[in-house]
Amino acid sequence: MRWRVERSVIPGFGITFGFATFFLGALVLLPLTALVMKGAGMDWTRFFAVVTDPRALASYRLTFGASLLAALINIVFGFIVAWTLVRYRFPGRRFIDAIIDMPFALPTAVSGLALTAVFAGNGWIGQYLEPLGIKVAYAPLGITIALTLIGMPFVVRTVQPALEELPRDVEEAAATLGASPAYTFFRVILPALAPAVLTGFTLAFARAVGEYGSITFIAGNIPYKTEITPLLIIIKLDEYDYAAAAAIGCVMLAISFVMLLAINLLQAWGRRRISGAVRR
Amino acid sequence: MMRVLLIAVSLIFLGGLLFAPLGVVFVSAFGNGIETWLASFADSDTGAAIRLTLLTAAIVVPLNTVFGVCAAWCIAKFEFAGKSMLITLIDLPLAVSPVVSGLIYVLLFGAQGWFGGWLQDHDISIIFAVPGIVLATSFVTFPYVARELIPLMQQLGNDEEEAAITLGAGGWFTFFHVTLPRIRWGLLYGVILCNARAMGEFGAVSVVSGHIRGLTNTMPLHIEALYQDYSMAGAFAVASLLSLLAVITLIIKTLLEWRMGTRHR
Repeated sequence: MRWRVERSVIPGFGITFGFATFFLGALVLLPLTALVMKGAGMDWTRFFAVVTDPRALASYRLTFGASLLAALINIVFGFIVAWTLVRYRFPGRRFIDAIIDMPFALPTAVSGLALTAVFAGNGWIGQYLEPLGIKVAYAPLGITIALTLIGMPFVVRTVQPALEELPRDVEEAAATLGASPAYTFFRVILPALAPAVLTGFTLAFARAVGEYGSITFIAGNIPYKTEITPLLIIIKLDEYDYAAAAAIGCVMLAISFVMLLAINLLQAWGRRRISGAVRR
Repeated sequence: MMRVLLIAVSLIFLGGLLFAPLGVVFVSAFGNGIETWLASFADSDTGAAIRLTLLTAAIVVPLNTVFGVCAAWCIAKFEFAGKSMLITLIDLPLAVSPVVSGLIYVLLFGAQGWFGGWLQDHDISIIFAVPGIVLATSFVTFPYVARELIPLMQQLGNDEEEAAITLGAGGWFTFFHVTLPRIRWGLLYGVILCNARAMGEFGAVSVVSGHIRGLTNTMPLHIEALYQDYSMAGAFAVASLLSLLAVITLIIKTLLEWRMGTRHR
């Protein structure tokens, strides 16, 4: 095989490479190509009309707004959780540390059903919020909470290792030189953790934009009000309007690629930061 | 003071977001006694949903495991052009929205899809049938085993395999007796995460399933169907089963992380 750069005594390149690329091509690349072709094959004015339809625009606003808010909530509280787990020792810390990954393992249908029950007007938490005029379930706020849940581990798990690697002597030096704790936090700790926090933010945001399962339960799915973009794709498919579904799907796929690129750039920035600190 | 405050904030945040939902599932499922919980599973559609979920996982998980081992073997053991491209493409399904993951198969195999006409002529149904559910689930769980094994096998290096081969061992023998014992915990880690996602996937499966009760509803889809019927006892009973799966997955995952001495994202 010409493209093999190095000769090796280890066998099995042909069969493993062949199977892996065949499986990847058939299962992932061919179907994704079908989507792009379907979108590209559309008449441009029609494509534009579908993706800028007022109902679609309302769904983008809701999807991005709620995802952005959820990711912002997560960088504040996720940071506090990561800080608590790294810096403090308290009973149950190992248990809390393990349960952070729960949203990765818990099916989204379960978290959606459960959050709806917790935040409904008669739910455990909802009953205290309803009298205050705060409606969570079947409202945009509920969507934000569901997206916060699924994004939370991304932020905690990217900030936590960065915080563990942060050299303590830098903080001690700042304190010795007379910096207040707040000054040390905002001028010394936070800049060093910025790449990790931003990576966590982007991962949580990217995951939230595509989420569907938990939202169908808590959103109420009212057009223009609590209808997210993935739901709109499903509605178009139910109407057998494959072209419109593909057009909106292409928009979501393009957003996924932009997010993927952003995450890769942020991670490269984080690695440079760390290697730069070590060299110094 | 700061310490107590921050721990309290963390616990309240996680309490409302994680513990309350998990608690409500188990309280609602078992609140009316174990008999009521058991009675929910007497329903034939619920039984069919459980069987379909198990069947899907039984097909998808081994397939993606074989793929993961193959991909990790060729990436970790050999140098070839386009390797980093291949690694990026393997992770691609993680970036795609679950609904889009289902949509792409509808565009291929649906009535108006690329192969729709041919499939109809030959009386094969993929969309709104079990094969579509298997395909969509395979797509979303595609990277799980590979992305655990690739960095692990790259880090372990080739020396031991090269020694075995040089001493006359065959390829399969080397894999099962030299490589596998060293990657088994990482492999198991990828497999249980793959399984959890396969059994719990909602969005992608929802698009291709057609929601035919007793035939194409998996457990997560059946929860939605019961919820829409206001059959809360049934919905929470099925949800409790999937929560149990999540708890077991988390326990095994944590034990494996302690065993391997690493933490994964």
